[in-house]
Amino acid sequence: MYRILVRKELAPKIKLFEVSAPEIAEKARSGQFIILIIGKTGERIPLTIAGYDRKKGTISFAFNEVGKTTKQLGLMKEGECIDTITGPLGNASEIRNFGKVLCVGGGVMIAPMFLQVQALKEAGNKVTTIIGARIKDLLFFEDEMKAHSDKLYVATDDGSKGYKGLNFLEEILAKEKFDHCVAMGPFVMMKNVCEKTKPFGITTIVTLTPIMVDGMGMCGVCRVTVGGKMKFACVDGPEFDGHAVDFDGLIKRQKLFLPEERLSSLLWEKLGGCSFGGK
Amino acid sequence: MAESKPKPKIQKEAVSIPKQKPQERRQNFNEVSLGYSEEQALAEANRCLQCPKPQCIQGCPVEIEIPAFIKLIREGKFEEAVKKLKEKNSLPAICGRVCPQEEQCQKFCVVGKVGDPVSIGRLERFVADWERAKGVKVSDNTSSTDKKVAIIGAGPAGLTAAADLAKLGHKIVIFEALHLPGGVLVYGIPEFRLPKSIVRAEVDYIEKLGAELKLGYLIGRTHTIPELLKERGFDAVFIGTGAGLPAFMGVPGENLGGIYSANEFLIRVNLMKSYAFPAYDTPIRIGKHVVVIGGGNVAMDSARSALRLGAEEVCIVYRRSREELPARKEEVENAEEEGILCKFLAAPTKFIGDEKGWVKAMECICMELGPPDESGRRRPVPVKGSEFVMDADTVIVAIGRTPNPIIQSTTEGLAVTRWGTIVTDENGKTSLDGVYAGGDIVTGEATVISAMGAGKKAAKAIHEYLTKKQQSIAS
Repeated sequence: MYRILVRKELAPKIKLFEVSAPEIAEKARSGQFIILIIGKTGERIPLTIAGYDRKKGTISFAFNEVGKTTKQLGLMKEGECIDTITGPLGNASEIRNFGKVLCVGGGVMIAPMFLQVQALKEAGNKVTTIIGARIKDLLFFEDEMKAHSDKLYVATDDGSKGYKGLNFLEEILAKEKFDHCVAMGPFVMMKNVCEKTKPFGITTIVTLTPIMVDGMGMCGVCRVTVGGKMKFACVDGPEFDGHAVDFDGLIKRQKLFLPEERLSSLLWEKLGGCSFGGK
Repeated sequence: MAESKPKPKIQKEAVSIPKQKPQERRQNFNEVSLGYSEEQALAEANRCLQCPKPQCIQGCPVEIEIPAFIKLIREGKFEEAVKKLKEKNSLPAICGRVCPQEEQCQKFCVVGKVGDPVSIGRLERFVADWERAKGVKVSDNTSSTDKKVAIIGAGPAGLTAAADLAKLGHKIVIFEALHLPGGVLVYGIPEFRLPKSIVRAEVDYIEKLGAELKLGYLIGRTHTIPELLKERGFDAVFIGTGAGLPAFMGVPGENLGGIYSANEFLIRVNLMKSYAFPAYDTPIRIGKHVVVIGGGNVAMDSARSALRLGAEEVCIVYRRSREELPARKEEVENAEEEGILCKFLAAPTKFIGDEKGWVKAMECICMELGPPDESGRRRPVPVKGSEFVMDADTVIVAIGRTPNPIIQSTTEGLAVTRWGTIVTDENGKTSLDGVYAGGDIVTGEATVISAMGAGKKAAKAIHEYLTKKQQSIAS
């Protein structure tokens, strides 16, 4: 059992939990993820690690309340326990002094991006960070990012705060030279970033946590085409060279179970937020 | 019950086992085979010749004293029969159901030369079920050593090694990566062939023997093997992590929706119980025309599960002919009785998708059998220009698995073959001192019982290693 020690609302429907998980905390590194299950009838969902404290024995992760599991999770309170957390899974990010690094974090993935920004900064990099969201209310960690980055840009899809969309990225790239880029966010955003960095030849690392079941190299549902080859995000990733990733294939695969996910979520809400069988 | 004397003339036909009727069972996930009644078990046990030099034992990877346990059944001494079985096999209820006995013990049965061999597996299952119905007793473990062994993977190899080592008094911790114990017995083999309550009961038994079970621990990530040995106080490690990543064919369209690896499909259905979606959260979608590619037991399990999930038509596509099917004959028969179709000598060349990115058809090419390949089976050769298209809105790819790379890549000095399996000697010893391995991670995909046999051998070797270590410290 993994006790929730801190429950923070980062933005509407985006929460960050810090949970007690000493053995995972001991090994966790930026870029890795966990698999989480609620109850006896729950599904296994991957969430990227957004922080860890080896001394306190805690890890943290953020989630967007979009499906049944994340909505259920959002209702949990400090002191309550999550049934299963397995991790840290996947390969850790490559953290070294690249020189000048561009970090782009979007949506809920701003949270794990913050961990990566800190690690890259600590490794001696000059870090320029961009955080983005659909609308200004969904932005978070602006101050934290500012404190750990050499430069911070803010963008929203609707332009309600900062730049409108990511087109300004082209101007930045034309003006400044970057040695490395890291993008964490929705597939569409990462694809967009990759398209913009590619002409400049900047290695761009993306984090892929598509649909997973076991998350440890058994089921193959997280398969993605990278450089024309089939890769499994859970064991070969979750980080890949973004310029080689087939994002269109990935975006299609992410929607495979959309009707079922909606049904599951709707039924749960209509039945007053109670769990079926299990629990 | 008085001992019933063996009849002078042996009944040529085995006592048939009651099964759910095909029309009924294709609608549910309940066990197909219902097991022998006491009368049926006694009648079948009476077919055993009690050979002075029994041939059957050589076919058993764990060397059960088969005639001895059958004799005890014959005498109505079921309790003792179970005890006899458990001397060699800690998981008889499972083996009695999923062992390919026709390839093992029963293949050597002398009665088999004149009629059906004695149904050793069904008898094993009968006594194991009898014991479970009555309540399993565990004899008190008196001896205890101060040695600690980590077992990685709670599948057939790991559970067997754990049981044997626990009985010898060692402290056992089983690390299982998934949230339920059993390995392939829970995520792979479907409920209708092996009810999960039976696996649970067998795991309970091993816990009662003193083994500690830690779920959700992926060794190689949460802890590594060097850490277990150096920092966490373990004296030896057994790796029984099983078969890993699913293999795909590398033909166009494999990433379309509706194409599952057999591993994904079976994990969703068995482990995550998606047949009960939305009561269970994990979804599965089954179309009208399901195609399963491959001819092994995993293919049969996938096909029969798809049928139970409501597919209108399920067709197995296999690139060789019926004679080469690697699946158990009994399972092929069960599948065909349920209405599963088989298309032999064909292999997919591409998958065709609809506008939403879901598979709707599969293009295949016909095969003919050429000369035997390195596996000894005749190699399938494509027939030029023989392509055809078949409807397929769900495809399950059951063509095998390759070893999971996580342990190998996080354990320095562990020798690995070029296929990624772990190198061991005949007793399961790896290239590292105190580290043993067995089951699919060593042999590549094989059977439950061969994994158990490997677990057993390794347990013996680990015990000897620990004893020697103890002596060298003492002297």
